[in-house]
Amino acid sequence: MVKEIERYGIPIVHMATITTISQSVGANRIVPTVAIPYPVGNPTLGAADEYALRKGLVERALKALQTPVDGPTQF
Amino acid sequence: MSDKKILYYVNQFFGQIGGEEKADVAPSFVAEKVGPAAGFEALVKDFAEVTGTIICGDNYYNQHEAEALEAILGYVREQKPDLVVAGPAFLAGRYGMACMGVCRAVEKELGIPAFTGMNVENPGVDLGRADVTIVETGNSAADMRKALPKYAALARKILAGEKITPEADGYFAHGIRETIFSDKRGSERAVEMLLKRLADQPFKTELPMPQFDSVDPAAPIADLSKATIALVTSGGIVPKGNPDHLQSASAQQWNKYDVSGEKDFKADFCTIHGGYDPTYANLDANRVVPFDVLSDLADSGVIGGVYQYFYTTTGTGTSVANGRRFGTEIGRELKEAGVDGVLLTST
Repeated sequence: MVKEIERYGIPIVHMATITTISQSVGANRIVPTVAIPYPVGNPTLGAADEYALRKGLVERALKALQTPVDGPTQF
Repeated sequence: MSDKKILYYVNQFFGQIGGEEKADVAPSFVAEKVGPAAGFEALVKDFAEVTGTIICGDNYYNQHEAEALEAILGYVREQKPDLVVAGPAFLAGRYGMACMGVCRAVEKELGIPAFTGMNVENPGVDLGRADVTIVETGNSAADMRKALPKYAALARKILAGEKITPEADGYFAHGIRETIFSDKRGSERAVEMLLKRLADQPFKTELPMPQFDSVDPAAPIADLSKATIALVTSGGIVPKGNPDHLQSASAQQWNKYDVSGEKDFKADFCTIHGGYDPTYANLDANRVVPFDVLSDLADSGVIGGVYQYFYTTTGTGTSVANGRRFGTEIGRELKEAGVDGVLLTST
């Protein structure tokens, strides 16, 4: 899905926990996430800390969208 | 001369009817060896006879597949061959599709073995290799001299009832895992493989991974503060009650939901994904799709906005073909909507 969306020329970040799959399939911008059942969360944290964690991941992804890459790259 | 009979399939060009201007001709049968069928027979005449050639225009086949196959299968039924051979189609896409389709129909409908050949880049390979035997060839008819001996060797084995393999016979692997006996158990084989790898010696995997093509990275976003960002997930996040019946595994569809005016997912959304523990996502779907954070970043002007729809499907057991289709369909919508960037989360 990531690659077919990118084929339209839209930059896309794959936020995934199993980054080896993402990399081998050929996603160009990859942000490693927390865990399979909660990629952008962590239920062991309090609400504020969990939000901060998620915000950090989204900011990293937005940085990736603004960064030129020439092949699968982890941010 | 053996009593084994082979029927040959070619397009209008190799069937010597004509070029592109004759691509619309309907199937016909001649009790002769036309084009590659003649060269092929010279290599198989010790064990088989080519009893005739079916010729069909490439456009006709691809535009009237049902009618074409009906006629072609009719000729095959009349001739009762022991084997049907098609092509090789090299890099000719329409011809490749026809060869692949004819072989598949002959095997499935009539139970008669069949094979074809083409170049790895021919679209017929991707679409046919799982169930059609397709010999790998070069990309043009200049390779005919090399392709026909491979055809002849494969024909001999099939007619003799011998086992064929992709490695020995040069066809594209069907991707089927077979149960075989080994004198060493898996752990020993794995350790041996690892030791070879550590010693930089050649080793052969027992489970080759599929090869994926690459896509050129899209240019980065120049001005984030004006950018519309869309959210997509394979984590199965849907409105509670799953109104569109998204599958919990082996997804056949994607869905989109209008979230304009909303700030986060809490309470209204859950996951129906069958491949991970849903407890945490059901308490707070923002843990799978960061909608709350992205909305806040839009409010504070860091990004231009969150695209009004978020897109969702289930990424467990879903075929690569469906994944591609979903991506193509969703991407088209995002492109038309002028979306500038996408965050896609996977579980």
